[in-house]
Amino acid sequence: MANASAINPSGAKPQPLLAPGRVALYAALILTSIYYLIPLYVMIITSLKDLDMIREGNIFVPTLRPTMDAWVKAWSQACTGLNCTGLAPGFWNSVFITIPSVIVSIAVASISGYSLANWPFKLAEWCFTILLVGSFIPYQVFLYPLVIITREMGIYSTLYAVVFVHTVFGLPILTLLFRNYFASLPEELFKAARVDGAGYWRIFFRVMMPMSLPIFTVAVILQVTGIWNDFLFGVIYAGPTNYPMTVQLNNIVNSLQGVKEYNVEMAATILTGLVPLTIYFLSGKYFVRGIAAGAVKG
Amino acid sequence: MHSVSVKNLTLNFGAVSVLKELNLDVAEGEFVVLLGPSGCGKSTLLNCLAGLLDISEGEIWIKGKNVTWAEPSERGIGMVFQSYALYPQMTVRGNLTFGLKIAKMPKAEIDQRVARAAEILQIGPLLDRKPGALSGGQRQRVAIGRALVRDVDVFLFDEPLSNLDAKLRSELRVEIKRLHTRLNNTMVYVTHDQIEALTLADRIAVMKGGVIQQLADPQTIYNKPSNLFVAGFIGSPSMNFLAGQTVDAGKTFVFGDTRIDLKGYDGGAVLERDQAILGVRPEHITVSSTAQSGPSIAAEVEIDENLGADSLLWLKAGTKSICVRVPVEGRLPAGTKVHLGLDIAKASLFDAKTEQRI
Repeated sequence: MANASAINPSGAKPQPLLAPGRVALYAALILTSIYYLIPLYVMIITSLKDLDMIREGNIFVPTLRPTMDAWVKAWSQACTGLNCTGLAPGFWNSVFITIPSVIVSIAVASISGYSLANWPFKLAEWCFTILLVGSFIPYQVFLYPLVIITREMGIYSTLYAVVFVHTVFGLPILTLLFRNYFASLPEELFKAARVDGAGYWRIFFRVMMPMSLPIFTVAVILQVTGIWNDFLFGVIYAGPTNYPMTVQLNNIVNSLQGVKEYNVEMAATILTGLVPLTIYFLSGKYFVRGIAAGAVKG
Repeated sequence: MHSVSVKNLTLNFGAVSVLKELNLDVAEGEFVVLLGPSGCGKSTLLNCLAGLLDISEGEIWIKGKNVTWAEPSERGIGMVFQSYALYPQMTVRGNLTFGLKIAKMPKAEIDQRVARAAEILQIGPLLDRKPGALSGGQRQRVAIGRALVRDVDVFLFDEPLSNLDAKLRSELRVEIKRLHTRLNNTMVYVTHDQIEALTLADRIAVMKGGVIQQLADPQTIYNKPSNLFVAGFIGSPSMNFLAGQTVDAGKTFVFGDTRIDLKGYDGGAVLERDQAILGVRPEHITVSSTAQSGPSIAAEVEIDENLGADSLLWLKAGTKSICVRVPVEGRLPAGTKVHLGLDIAKASLFDAKTEQRI
């Protein structure tokens, strides 16, 4: 019986499924989820009602006769002032703003970050400091100067102006993000690639980029949601005919004429939020991983 | 013609000078180990040889060509890193051929070189795996393979075995030795492990503070260290240092009350010095229970460390701690009073002021 002690269980006692601590934990989680999901629930069921049903009063009761009319109206018929074109033009404006801004800003920032991290040059430290400062300056400071700059460039009041402004404002923070990520990758890989004869671009595309999926995902999410949700730059630089979706949504919801169509407003709001929501759902896993990875080393 | 030649190399990082006026010539087919504690500049020197660091002054020649400002890939070197540095998204084959494809080598030749490297390093079955699916030892083989397929004259190793466990380390150490015998390339190998240095090297360069302290074959480094630092750094446990004076025109060393005859000392003119240090390795001291004929140091056993093959006795002579290596049969219990005899022919005498060997 020399081994008797080995037979006895050791370590923490396994908890039963319904231990008080666990029940409390799940209760808290479920309550929090409900708290955050109720507004979404109300929005969805309201958007499926017609105005008569809404007037019946209780916003929590789902309708028995759901209709998609409000969604159709929000997309293609809702009026802002004299234009009754719905959100569709705003959606396409937002798409035309977001896609180039995201691609250009990420392309430039990733290459700059790579240069700063792996190819130190004389003024690298200065560039780094300037970027750091740049990412903390409030946007409002630049609004008027940028109006003048875009006017002089001849792109004020066009989609190009919005793309330009978003790209410029995305660069400091994205470059920092990429610099830190590349600096956290093992330096010896970079050295090995140089011994193998790979140059600046080949190391970037063949060695660095394949290891950087998480940080590219983070950058895409930050940029897509940031640019899609932007209101300020859209109002200022796009010009009335090119308003992005967020600005049009605001105009629909805040329009003071006629009957207040809650169902259309709810549908319009959900439609506007759909793009960032989809991005989050598709890439949540990588997003968390990338944020963590980028944070490890500064 | 030297295979690798470093001339007056100086490297400054800002105001800090990491390597100072360093000279090193490595012969064709020679295995040179750069050995030293962390921060001594050994890896920095290797990176300079590889062209991964721009030097401040001096010249680097490889195979009779001045490569001081050449790109790493143009220097005819292959490098093996401590962390393996395999490209994680490529297969083993991809890792081996990455550099060859960049050099636009014909496919037949690439295949032939990969096959040869795989045969030499026995990594044939691993060629289509990703590095993530390999063990540490396998990864390091692949890393060596990547240098091998380049078919270069000079191999640079940057602490290649430091990330491996003790057993694998000694296995791969033998394998690197075998590789060197087979290929007969010039190899420059950085390590802080003196066993690796002593076993692998044709010559060892012991470094400290960006300066080569001594460059010699392992036996000379071990038996005739050129200064106190080298003497203390090489050997485990460390050499015993006895502080005293030399008198009688350098014929006698005085340690405490003991006068030690320096007859048979293998070195330069001893002369009379107020401050001298006598260095004796643990295996060059004999222990006996009675006073020896001639001078001997009285001491008391403090600790007995059994190493299996032999045993280390830690003794106290007055306040001075002395270590002696004895055969297992010679083990003594703590508290035993003994007399120590020194093998002067194998000892080293240092000037305490200059710290140089006399």
